[in-house]
Amino acid sequence: MKAVCWYGKHDVQVKEVPDPQILNSRDAIIKVSSTAICGSDLHLYNGYIPTMEEGDILGHEFMGEVVEVGSDITNLKMGDRVVVPFTIACGNCFFCKKDLWSACDNSNPTPETAETLYGYSGSGLFGYSHMMGGFAGGQAEYVRVPFADVGPMKIPDHLDDEQVLFLTDIFPTGYMAAENCSIEEGDTVAVWGAGPVGQFAVKSAFMLGAEKVVLIDHYKERLDLAQEQNENLQTINFDDTEVYDKLLDLTGGRGPDSCIDAVGLESHGTSPDSLMDYAKAAVFLATDRPHALRQAIHCCRKGGTVSVPGVYGGFLDKFNFGAAFGKGLTFKMGQTNMHSYMPKLLSEVEEGNIDPSFVISHRLKLSDAPMAYENFNVEKNDWRKIVLTPN
Amino acid sequence: MHHNETYDRNRQRFAGDSSTNIHTAERVASAVSGGALIAYGIKRSDLTGALISLAGAALALRGTTGHSQIYDALGIRTASSHANPASPYNKTWLSGTVHVNKAITINKSPAELYQFWRNFENLPQFMKHLESVTASGEQTSHWIAKAPLGYTVEWDAEITSDVLNEKIGWKSVEGSDIPNSGVVEFLPTSNRGTEIRVSMTYESPAGKLGSLVAKLFGEEPAQQVGEDLRRFKRLMETGIIMSVEGQTSGRKEFAKARAASA
Ligand SMILES: NC(=O)c1ccc[n+]([C@@H]2O[C@H](COP(=O)([O-])OP(=O)(O)OC[C@H]3O[C@@H](n4cnc5c(N)ncnc54)[C@H](O)[C@@H]3O)[C@@H](O)[C@H]2O)c1
Ligand SMILES: [Zn+2]
Ligand SMILES: [Zn+2]
Repeated sequence: MKAVCWYGKHDVQVKEVPDPQILNSRDAIIKVSSTAICGSDLHLYNGYIPTMEEGDILGHEFMGEVVEVGSDITNLKMGDRVVVPFTIACGNCFFCKKDLWSACDNSNPTPETAETLYGYSGSGLFGYSHMMGGFAGGQAEYVRVPFADVGPMKIPDHLDDEQVLFLTDIFPTGYMAAENCSIEEGDTVAVWGAGPVGQFAVKSAFMLGAEKVVLIDHYKERLDLAQEQNENLQTINFDDTEVYDKLLDLTGGRGPDSCIDAVGLESHGTSPDSLMDYAKAAVFLATDRPHALRQAIHCCRKGGTVSVPGVYGGFLDKFNFGAAFGKGLTFKMGQTNMHSYMPKLLSEVEEGNIDPSFVISHRLKLSDAPMAYENFNVEKNDWRKIVLTPN
Repeated sequence: MHHNETYDRNRQRFAGDSSTNIHTAERVASAVSGGALIAYGIKRSDLTGALISLAGAALALRGTTGHSQIYDALGIRTASSHANPASPYNKTWLSGTVHVNKAITINKSPAELYQFWRNFENLPQFMKHLESVTASGEQTSHWIAKAPLGYTVEWDAEITSDVLNEKIGWKSVEGSDIPNSGVVEFLPTSNRGTEIRVSMTYESPAGKLGSLVAKLFGEEPAQQVGEDLRRFKRLMETGIIMSVEGQTSGRKEFAKARAASA
């Protein structure tokens, strides 16, 4: 089959590789009908996530048709159309039972590195480094899905791939980010990052009852799209507006009740702290560039919540813990507990309350992946969300 | 650190000190993953690669020396003040008593776990180095362990204590090549599943057999037992031991192997 493989920083190639096989009784094989490139994939592309190996198959947002099942799989049959969550979870452990699916104890075959770096390892992930299990990803014609009795969710025929593909990651991720804000009546939610995750965080914050939502980025097209999608949204372009001042103004001096960092470890910016981050990353003194997170902490009102769907990898520098302490902030973060959100969000789609396909900017072939990664990484105005189809 | 001078004294201390081997396990984990990060970072000739190597180097240094610059800078001390005679960096343990304590929590009842373990023939399903265990009587069993280069090491064991759903103890019979004994306890918790506590001791002989045994139990017995317990947990909780062994990738070995078999 054809698969998108990682060979190093800024080097992904479409290769002919062996078809995946059932490796144990709880596996299934899915023939991929659609797969997407995620902002998280860019962290791999830009070499920010350690323990990638040459030849690893990328991709954690994918859906398709069941073509083979292991002997313990009774919930799926050939031909079923399913979306697959990017976090792999067993459904049996303490964490899965507590709905903390992305903390599954049993799905990462190689938890040792994460245990050393973090104390304990999270769940296995598709196509996301050997630290996270080294599972082959779904930017391919076929993919092996472990714990297939737990993860895949069946999709009714009348829904298109594009309407449900983002249930595999970014829609639940944006939703959990908003849910983590424990939104109350009258709340203002500020969202950093108008990428796909930020777009869904905005939609979800409105769905969950936020009175005001403010979106911050510096790509006009992305901000415009969000504005078109959400009539009551306010936007801030940080290239020409001072973010803290503007947020104070928009909230009558109170500050946002909660702040969502949907940017992650590759924050852009030209403020002094942000330039320092670039410099330090270049001379090996820091692993992450957390400018947006610093700003979110600074802007959040007293007793507010900072919700972080954006991915971070290691040690953060110049992190104003004093501000967090002084204001009594609550932090919520982590890989999305996918399985908890998928059925609910599928019914939102079915009932016509949301059509997630609005984030798509490009529809390409699997073989276009190298060009798509290259453009998605730099041309952020036009390249927002890319869906690849095999053949 | 003066391992050798304090060895005999510590040897006794060690038998009752489980905290020491946790530090050793942590140390080896640092060395292993630090090494992996260095290797990985060096393979990638770019800035991030160099950064990862640096992080790897820091970890590896911590691993091999038990000394973390970061911890130092932060004034954190993790190692106990007494040298650990079971450390692979103190080779004297190769012929001596090795003692391992390990615990894991499993989301199953003590009864389910006890029953699986009590049938010793099940143990090779999660103890990586066992080839087979055969019950030879009510209280006795014959154990065969895999050793490098196709060798096997065998011994007979008898049950020394057996409390239904609570505890199983065993001991190799008089005259075994590797005198060993152990006890596993199944301790209920209020709502967190069952705590499995394993305590094992073995006498590692000198000479060729000794080095086979050392390889058999790995450089770091506590880590080995920890990995076995993790496999036990996975087998009990999920019915399988999740693995990516044999999966597809775009690595060249694959292409070569395919070409050869075509
Ligand atoms: N927690 C999870 O489970 C999960 C799941 C999916 C994605 N993610 C993460 O979410 C983040 C966003 O993903 P995406 O697909 O939307 O990525 P993306 O790269 O398309 O979007 C990121 C956006 O952040 C903007 N940005 C950069 N610096 C900023 C700053 N200082 N202030 C405001 N905006 C800034 C960029 O211009 C860009 O529009 C990534 O870190 C991704 O890894 C996390
Ligand atoms: Zn994603
Ligand atoms: Zn689990």
